[in-house]
Amino acid sequence: MADLPLIQLQDVVKSLGVQRVLDGVSLSLYRGQITAIIGKSGSGKSVLLKHIIGLIEPDGGEILFDGKPRSSMDAAERSAVKRKFSYVFQDTALFDFLNVFENIALPLTERHVLSKAEVAERVRAKLSQLDLHDVETKYPSQLSGGMKKRVALARALVTEPEIVLFDEPTTGLDPIRKNAVHSMILDYQRRFGFTGVVVSHEIPEIFFVAQRVAMIDEGRILIEGTPDEVQSSSSREVRNFIEGLETPRDELTGIDSAAIGQTRLLQEMGRLQRFRIPFSIVLLAVEALDGADRIVGHMAGQALFKAFAGHVTHNTYITDTCFRHAINKIIVVLPDTGEAQARHFCGKLARTLRSHIAQTTGDTFKGFGFTVNAGVAQAKIDSSLPELISEADQSKTVLFISREDS
Amino acid sequence: MAALVTLRSPIAAVGREVLDFVRLLGRMFLFFLQGFALIFQPPFQFDKIRQQIYFIGMKSVFVICLTAAFTGLVLGLQGYYALVKYGSTAALGSAVALSLVREMGPVLTAIMVIARAGSSMAAEIGIMRVSEQIDALETMDINPMRFLISPRIAAALICFPLLTALFDVVGLYGGYLSGSVLLGLNPTFYFARAQSSVEMSDILGGFAKSLVFAMVVLTVCCFQGYYTHTRAEYGAKGVSMSTTRAVVISCVLVLVTDYVLTTFLL
Repeated sequence: MADLPLIQLQDVVKSLGVQRVLDGVSLSLYRGQITAIIGKSGSGKSVLLKHIIGLIEPDGGEILFDGKPRSSMDAAERSAVKRKFSYVFQDTALFDFLNVFENIALPLTERHVLSKAEVAERVRAKLSQLDLHDVETKYPSQLSGGMKKRVALARALVTEPEIVLFDEPTTGLDPIRKNAVHSMILDYQRRFGFTGVVVSHEIPEIFFVAQRVAMIDEGRILIEGTPDEVQSSSSREVRNFIEGLETPRDELTGIDSAAIGQTRLLQEMGRLQRFRIPFSIVLLAVEALDGADRIVGHMAGQALFKAFAGHVTHNTYITDTCFRHAINKIIVVLPDTGEAQARHFCGKLARTLRSHIAQTTGDTFKGFGFTVNAGVAQAKIDSSLPELISEADQSKTVLFISREDS
Repeated sequence: MAALVTLRSPIAAVGREVLDFVRLLGRMFLFFLQGFALIFQPPFQFDKIRQQIYFIGMKSVFVICLTAAFTGLVLGLQGYYALVKYGSTAALGSAVALSLVREMGPVLTAIMVIARAGSSMAAEIGIMRVSEQIDALETMDINPMRFLISPRIAAALICFPLLTALFDVVGLYGGYLSGSVLLGLNPTFYFARAQSSVEMSDILGGFAKSLVFAMVVLTVCCFQGYYTHTRAEYGAKGVSMSTTRAVVISCVLVLVTDYVLTTFLL
């Protein structure tokens, strides 16, 4: 990584009472990336997050912003840095004496930069992006858990922050909402380009969201790297932790998990190399067309993805494997199959989608359009798995588009 | 030696408690200074101060009137039976007026506001602390002291003297009710004596007391709520502890400062 990290923690030490919560944590967070912090409960993840924003001062060590240590900043500089942050609390921490509108408006009104009308306009924009139209005048105690999370998210994003810290944003949500929050984080990150830090228990989903993953254990960073690096780590603690949380089936779709898929790909690669048995992969990506910036879009997207995965598995043989590759991508591994046959599989799938999926989702989520792209690649003896997947990814063409009128 | 240690330890324990309490007083005073100074940091928070005036002042009016009326009634009654022994019931007006203006007004107003507004303030701020709302303010770069504490202090400094004045007036009429209406004392005498005996210095003394009580009550109640997270008890238990301590400490401090102030004012 050539450029300077946006935030750098150097040997941060913190004790709360007699317990040493952070024991020399060093971590770099890069601009425009989402970093996930994973680890057991009570391993100091939230405390680490509070250090980053400055809610807790470290006992020892240093935290740098753009290369400047916080301890050397004066009050005005600290305040300027703090204004670049937003923090999404685990328990939302909404102000219970203010209604939803006032809650979201508060960070703006207290800064006294915008006029009342401008504040209202921005708040309304965020409310509609997160589909919170009818709750403006309600109080947090009148809202459901998932709605509170959305209000908290709106409050965090209304200031258009450069850095957003999420403390377990999906804890206690059902699989569809959980995936919707993840896809929302990804979507917002793509559009606004913020730097994100997500403390999470959601393995393996979080690997789809984050560009970097750091695992913390007993107050230290055990491993830091890309999701692939972390997942393929040989460290016993890391393996135990990840495998302990990983389920063989994807929670949302019920298809195989990415880990099982990888194993299967390796097996097929072995068969190809040893016995010259060909195999192909089909990469299927579901993308929302419109309404993507709204929560309905994200929720519908995830519900649709679940239904879509069902149709995919129906079209596969028992020897085929399909697994989740990314938040909106499925890879189907077709053994003993050449490229032409794989294309035939795509055609069959497209027919099923045309006859089934349009009605089911069109009824549930009005006005939601989406497209399914498919890419096919046949494995070659001398190519690696990542090359194979990226070949399929690049050869993607439109398989199916949902029609608005359906 | 062992006997000495056992003999000394309770004394040491008392000493420690006292030292802790003095330290707490110091921290609370600094807390007040910070909150007070932030009142004047522009832009002024008129709206929040207005809301707090409504909460601390306006909503206390009924309770203050009720307590004042009965305090006046009982003062008139007791005063009458004490004075009648010396045949000087004519002095009832001055007795009631002076005790109200100098002591009862400021002290009982403070105690009633503690019961009504102070306890709820400690609980409210305590809940905000345990549910991370105060942390949330900090992450938004909003100074929680300025946002939460300053408007309350400003409102209390405005409300306490006014509530005390209300207490005095209602109490005086309470005394009139028991002394003149029920026990047959000449009402003209009652009010004339009340008027002639109370001097401007008495009123100013009561006024000064009420300002000091405002400071004490608000500081203690807000401080206890604000630092709920530093207690040994967490969550709801911590909040209940904060509320209890807010009420007990502010009541005690009001009575202590009342005595100290009185010695200076007399």
